[in-house]
Amino acid sequence: MSENTPTSQPVSSALQALTDKLLKLDDLLISCMRCGFCLAVCPVYGATMKEADATRGKIALLEFLSRHMINDPEAVNDKLTRCLLCGSCQAVCPSGVKIMDIFLHARSIVRDYLGLSATEKLIFRSFLARPKLFNALLGLSAKFQGLFLKEADPALGTHKAPMLSSFIGERHFPRLAGRSFHSKVASLDEAAGSSGLRVAFFPGCVSDKLFPDVAEATLKVFRKHGVGVFMPDGLACCGIPALAGGDMAAYHTMVGENLALIGGAVVDWLVTPCGTCAATIKEFWPKLADGYTEKNKGVIRDLHAKTIDITAFLSDVLKVELPAASGGKTRVTYHDSCHLRKSLGVFAQPRSILKSLPGHEYVEMAEAERCCGSGGSFTLKHYDLSKQIGKRKRDNIVAVNPDIVAAACPACMMQIMDMHSQHGDRVKVRHVVELYAEAL
Amino acid sequence: MPIDPSLVKEFENIAGKEQVLTEPADLQCYSYDAAVLNPVMPALVVAPADKEQLCKTVKLAYDNGLPITVRGSGTNLSGSTIPQGDGMVILTNRLNKILEINEEDLYAVVEPGVITAQFAAAVTAKGLFYPPDPGSQSVSTLGGNVAHNAGGLRGLKYGVTKDYIMGMEVVDYRGELIKTGSRTVKYVTGYNMAALMAASEGTLGVFADIIIKLVPPPKASKAMLAEFDDVNKASEAVAGIISGHIVPCTLEFLDQNCIRYVEADTKAGLPVDAAAILLIEVDGGHPLLVEEDADKVMEVCRKCGSTNIRVARNAEEKLKIWEARRNALPALARARPTTVLEDATVPRSQIPAMVAAVNAVAKKYSLEVGTFGHAGDGNLHPTFLCDRRNKEEFARVEAAVDEIFDVALKLKGTLSGEHGIGKAKAKWMEKETNRATMEFNKNLRRALDPKLLFNAGNKFV
Ligand SMILES: Cc1cc2nc3c(=O)[nH]c(=O)nc-3n(C[C@H](O)[C@H](O)[C@H](O)COP(=O)(O)OP(=O)(O)OC[C@H]3O[C@@H](n4cnc5c(N)ncnc54)[C@H](O)[C@@H]3O)c2cc1C
Ligand code: SF4
Ligand code: SF4
Repeated sequence: MSENTPTSQPVSSALQALTDKLLKLDDLLISCMRCGFCLAVCPVYGATMKEADATRGKIALLEFLSRHMINDPEAVNDKLTRCLLCGSCQAVCPSGVKIMDIFLHARSIVRDYLGLSATEKLIFRSFLARPKLFNALLGLSAKFQGLFLKEADPALGTHKAPMLSSFIGERHFPRLAGRSFHSKVASLDEAAGSSGLRVAFFPGCVSDKLFPDVAEATLKVFRKHGVGVFMPDGLACCGIPALAGGDMAAYHTMVGENLALIGGAVVDWLVTPCGTCAATIKEFWPKLADGYTEKNKGVIRDLHAKTIDITAFLSDVLKVELPAASGGKTRVTYHDSCHLRKSLGVFAQPRSILKSLPGHEYVEMAEAERCCGSGGSFTLKHYDLSKQIGKRKRDNIVAVNPDIVAAACPACMMQIMDMHSQHGDRVKVRHVVELYAEAL
Repeated sequence: MPIDPSLVKEFENIAGKEQVLTEPADLQCYSYDAAVLNPVMPALVVAPADKEQLCKTVKLAYDNGLPITVRGSGTNLSGSTIPQGDGMVILTNRLNKILEINEEDLYAVVEPGVITAQFAAAVTAKGLFYPPDPGSQSVSTLGGNVAHNAGGLRGLKYGVTKDYIMGMEVVDYRGELIKTGSRTVKYVTGYNMAALMAASEGTLGVFADIIIKLVPPPKASKAMLAEFDDVNKASEAVAGIISGHIVPCTLEFLDQNCIRYVEADTKAGLPVDAAAILLIEVDGGHPLLVEEDADKVMEVCRKCGSTNIRVARNAEEKLKIWEARRNALPALARARPTTVLEDATVPRSQIPAMVAAVNAVAKKYSLEVGTFGHAGDGNLHPTFLCDRRNKEEFARVEAAVDEIFDVALKLKGTLSGEHGIGKAKAKWMEKETNRATMEFNKNLRRALDPKLLFNAGNKFV
């Protein structure tokens, strides 16, 4: 019997440096007891049934790489990127392995060694980290998108992008909004409203560019409930795409720009309609603030306590009175964004809002908490896989025959819309706050 | 040793290129399971999609002398899916269809890769009940359950996996399908090979499908938690409950160390000064009968000196009561990097002796240990906490585990109640049995596997 032993081949100094860095994760890696419980929930494993795609496999590979039992960082990186960073695994892990910390650090360590691919560099470094340029370019393409977008499903408002397919595959994505939210409302700086509250409003890239209606609905809700809004001009991306891609430099630039803009403001909460932004600001910013100035560290600590998604803000902070409605005709179901449910524990709030909508009947779908398969650059790089994962979500949605599927994360909305459009389903995809705002 | 490319090609022709893995990064992911043993990378992994592909895969491997390790979800704790370095792994996870759930005749037919909890849920949805509930049910496969004769919390009243196998089809070493058992309650027309396959640990053949017995679900249940200031008293309560002719569906035990680890981790307000707690659930066909049984159980516990008893009045409280048990393994696992989960089993009456011995052994080797388990059937899980990177400490754990087996055997118990033998305990088999038994089993094995390719190095070696 030949046990796995460190390979005897000589190791380059660059590889040695990589494994030295990985060994710093050893204390985290060692706590995985290989129980396999993560296999039950990992959406990527669920689609491919390959252990290397499951959490347990990725953690084992990192351990083997750090111990020279495998000397192929490229192959390991390839496996690492086949992950949505959805956190489903961490939520069920009996051993309490800090899986997200491991993956984020490992991605950046391995990408340091391998270098970023050209496309990713372009996206992370040029676009997302420079919001003005990003906005300008998108503004331009929104005007010209008729040239390369073909109507896919007019009912859903999604479009195919045949000419862009090398980049985004066969994805049906919502038409870039004719006007982004940002171009309509550049900035706001109001005093506290009748509720006595003043909040920082962080719309998030996807709401801003693809679903401006979501951002507008959020604003309408603030107005209705007398909440003063502070929204500086030029907010950057929350940083998660760069973080997921292992581009720490771009990540820190984005966070830095946001901190500079939000830092000085006196607010009670930071509210966002995006589950992903909420989790990133609340959970990841504090974890990765080691090299920051004391001032910025303070701001991040403050934001950690104050960041909240719009559904929890409505239910838990504003405590909006929501008597359960009955006898509705419009069937609505809800998809749990991983970031909301697994990172932030928000799942009761959006449901109670939906259950109170007049004229609507709430139905729970099977596996509502299972990941939809949308994961930033994952979706770009592994579109087929993302589609396969999304198909399971779509099937669960269609099985309860709803008129509307609601979510509280625009990134999920994009994915689900794509799935329904591909299958020609007549199911509308809406944000919880849009439905709530309409009911006001 | 890499496998001949032309042979790889043949496997690809059977299962498809996508489903044959040869890259080290893929292969490394099948080098381990949940046992704390050193990983061994296989030379090849194949994932057949149906019975026909499975038969062809086994035949091709066997004809070419490749050692074969069948793998479900790789959650076993005995190393029985750690492959041979020059061998192959056959995955069952794509053989995951529930073929039939028969509500009239109370059986189901499944492929071996169906996940236990998903099967149980599908059965529940039809108003029926599949009781075996190993702690790993959210991920374990039914094939793996059969091959390890998995038990669970409900073992005392409802039995374990073997009690639900009515029949199966097994791929033999020639790649032929062998049928045994039937869809009927009674069956005497052949050897009871299905029973032989339970706990065979992948050494006799590969299950292709399994006929599973189903039962009607209980209509009511009641859960309670009883605290004791002495393990002996808890044990007397267990004996008293059973001799009072009540068979609880679950009768679980946590010792003081375990309670303290759970409390440290969850701050749920557990009685950290109790020497032991029993978690008891009774169920049955009528709420009044269940009430009556619950009252009797409480009476026995009180008589035996239970210092405090809590009864769940509703579903929420029931969840709360079970929380301590649910958190036992996680709390232990989180306390130190490595968790060595044992399952030596003794006759019920010997539980106090066993718990005392475990704690004495842990003290002797200066180790941290917590014990929980299935008090109703004497199946305890002494769980040693350590760091496998610390060679010296790990050697002490190994010595302690050896000593615990010795004690279990002296108390007329067995090496393993449910986790299996695999590689981890193979060296102990003769000690529990005798030379003749070993030879008999090896002969049996050779008859079904002449080249000894099915999971060599496991069980009887
Ligand atoms: C946290 C944790 C808790 C656990 N709790 C319990 C418990 O409560 N009770 C219990 O009994 N066990 C428990 N186990 C052990 C383990 O989960 C069980 O042994 C389970 O049955 C293994 O299923 P698997 O699909 O993972 O099988 P694997 O580990 O993949 O395989 C187990 C064995 O089955 C063989 N096998 C698999 N499929 C086939 C097939 N089709 N044909 C022939 N042989 C096959 C394999 O070769 C191997 O020998 C636990 C494990 C963990 C990690
Ligand atoms: S659930 Fe946690 S401990 Fe178990 S295999 Fe996955 S990462 Fe490891
Ligand atoms: S984060 Fe999600 S996709 Fe990534 S390993 Fe965990 S469960 Fe799988």
